[in-house]
Amino acid sequence: MAESSIAPAPPTPEAVRPPATSVGVLGWLRANLFNSPFNSVLTVLALAALVYLIPGIVQWLLLEAHWQATPEICRAAEDGACWAFIREKFRYIMFGFYPLEQQWRPTLAMLLFVVLIGLSTQRRFWNRGLLLAWAALMMASYVLMAGGILGLEAVSNDKWGGLPLTLMLSVVGILLAFPLGILLALGRRSDMPAIKAVCVGYIELIRGVPLISVLFMASVMFPLFLPEGVTIDKLLRAQAAIILFAAAYLAEVVRGGLQAVPKGQYEAAAALGLSYWQTTGLIILPQALRIAIPPIVNTFIGLFKDTSLVVIISLFDLMTTTKTSLTDPQWLGFSVEAYLFTGLIYFVCCFFMSRFSQYLEQHLRKGRER
Amino acid sequence: MTMSKPVETTRRQAVWNDPRLRAIVYQILVLGGVLLLGWYLVSNTLHRLEQQSIATGFGFLEKEAGFGISESLIAYTPADTYLRAFLVGVLNTFKVGLVGIVLATLIGTVIGIARLSSNWLIARLAAIYVEGLRNIPLLLQLFLWYSLINESLPGPRQALSPLPGVFMSNRGLYLPAPVWQADYGYVALALIVAVVLALLLVRWAHRRQDLTGQQVPLSLLVLGPVLGLPVLVFFVLGAPLQWSVPELKGFNFQGGLSLSPEYAALLTGLTLYTAAFIAEIVRSGIQAVAKGQSEAALSLGLPRSKVLRLVILPQALRVIVPPLTSQYLNLIKNSSLAVAIGYPDLVSIANTTLNQTGQAVEGIAMIMATYLTISLAIAAFMNWYNKRIAFKER
Repeated sequence: MAESSIAPAPPTPEAVRPPATSVGVLGWLRANLFNSPFNSVLTVLALAALVYLIPGIVQWLLLEAHWQATPEICRAAEDGACWAFIREKFRYIMFGFYPLEQQWRPTLAMLLFVVLIGLSTQRRFWNRGLLLAWAALMMASYVLMAGGILGLEAVSNDKWGGLPLTLMLSVVGILLAFPLGILLALGRRSDMPAIKAVCVGYIELIRGVPLISVLFMASVMFPLFLPEGVTIDKLLRAQAAIILFAAAYLAEVVRGGLQAVPKGQYEAAAALGLSYWQTTGLIILPQALRIAIPPIVNTFIGLFKDTSLVVIISLFDLMTTTKTSLTDPQWLGFSVEAYLFTGLIYFVCCFFMSRFSQYLEQHLRKGRER
Repeated sequence: MTMSKPVETTRRQAVWNDPRLRAIVYQILVLGGVLLLGWYLVSNTLHRLEQQSIATGFGFLEKEAGFGISESLIAYTPADTYLRAFLVGVLNTFKVGLVGIVLATLIGTVIGIARLSSNWLIARLAAIYVEGLRNIPLLLQLFLWYSLINESLPGPRQALSPLPGVFMSNRGLYLPAPVWQADYGYVALALIVAVVLALLLVRWAHRRQDLTGQQVPLSLLVLGPVLGLPVLVFFVLGAPLQWSVPELKGFNFQGGLSLSPEYAALLTGLTLYTAAFIAEIVRSGIQAVAKGQSEAALSLGLPRSKVLRLVILPQALRVIVPPLTSQYLNLIKNSSLAVAIGYPDLVSIANTTLNQTGQAVEGIAMIMATYLTISLAIAAFMNWYNKRIAFKER
């Protein structure tokens, strides 16, 4: 061909090969760890710290750890973790005082949750059916937890505890906070000064105080609010406090989504003669919520972690069962193991949720950038 | 008579379709609903309180508190009033909140920059730090730190001493502290003089640069007098330094600066947790500055240190400051978790108060009012700062 005559003679293999220090392992090391004197010093220092710390940690966590032992053996051997403690207390930490032979019920409820959460992460299932499935799951898990019908033994809610309770407080919290949060967000953007003032006041008041004070309010002030003879149990009061708290944060997230909807969308809807609620429900909210999904997931992560505060009003969620498992006089002094175990549960849940939110953010952006 | 203004619109509208009228009706309905709900709750509460013969009002603040507080910045005995006890709690909240904000900002900035490091190992370690601490509830971390201090550290007699004069035991952390001398007044005066001098120098240097384009090594000119003058005065006075070193006396250490286990655990937990969030904010702020900015600055011949200080940071700060504000607020609000590990912050003391007096409404109102005030004050300050560094649009 004509081109082959123009092309220069192929160089010898020795000439094309890059220097050994810029490819392969050596090249990678040079580019990523030793690319400047300062970085080289940092690398050496970091490596030294790791070499100093990691063997001890591995030894404590795994090599010297006791997986099956009595408390006496655990206490005698000091340089290893006592995972036997977790083995002993596993059922209690996970389920609290839920009757032992009935614990398949919360387990089944949680499995259903996991399956539905798994389905919800797939965007092709995002439709009305998913909402119905969530509603059905809520009812099914309530029936499973409380019992009393379908031949299930009734379990009163002061026996509920552990991971199912944590999941319930956060999932029910965010689901029921949603409508309230949307209304507050719409109210905050309303042209009507009185409605705007009420919404801004509520949102800023709740966001300005710690969750603890709202929970305290639920535990000591709610009973005073109600007329005589009416009592609401502690779990429901805490759940109400969490919903009211989460609604204020969700409202701000939804408002962010609302602000991101271009003005032309409102104008186009108005030009079509749609009413306010038609515009909001059919045009604006679907777009705003789609934009707000990643921050909504982040709000949920925050709420999931924050439910651990119910330890302060002594509801037996995962945090409280962990803490009370430490008070067994037979098994005193294994708190680090217990907190690490529970921390791992929280970490796994939150880490995957945050990864999902990052994935969504990229995925949704891709659609908008096209 | 009103010829210029048409009395009726061309198309007749029903009264209930007038949007302005509708708006007024809606607002009256909402306000009425809110007021009705409020009145219902208040009347129920008053009725209940009367029934349980619990006093109302803030009269209890004048009464004797009768409970001890383990640590306090101001003099306090159980014979003092509830009001003073509450003040102790507020000061304790500030003590942990302000120190926590400063430390979390420092650590968070370092970790945030480390996450962007070209050094693979450092970037990975920073990422592990951020992911690990962000995804575990703060309360659990506080319990973990507290139990590490309480159970894993030895008693005062076998206290760990990583540095001479520094002792770590399950009774807390003890550090040597300089004793205040009368002569330090002169050192402080020298510092003030030096700061004024430095400010004048900076103004002169800026004017010179505007006029001639010549730059002055400002950092040297400023650091020189600010550090030098007080040190000079200190040595002229004969270096009157006396350390109070913690010493084991009886069952615990005396002297020096001491941090209780509760304070140490709370401060560590709050600082490390918030630092993870601040690191992410700093990272995204720096990443938000377009790459062309640093390339342009480099091609102008600015050295890397100046590129960071004069080009990247001013632009990154605009992105960083608003979310940073909410992290500061979060830190202050999260300090209320102190109640779980027994540090006497304002929630913990208000909680004791409302348990003793039964006046829950007042107690919770005080907690909420205090946090709201702090939140609004910090938000106002940061808004002011944000406005100052915001992009000046012409």
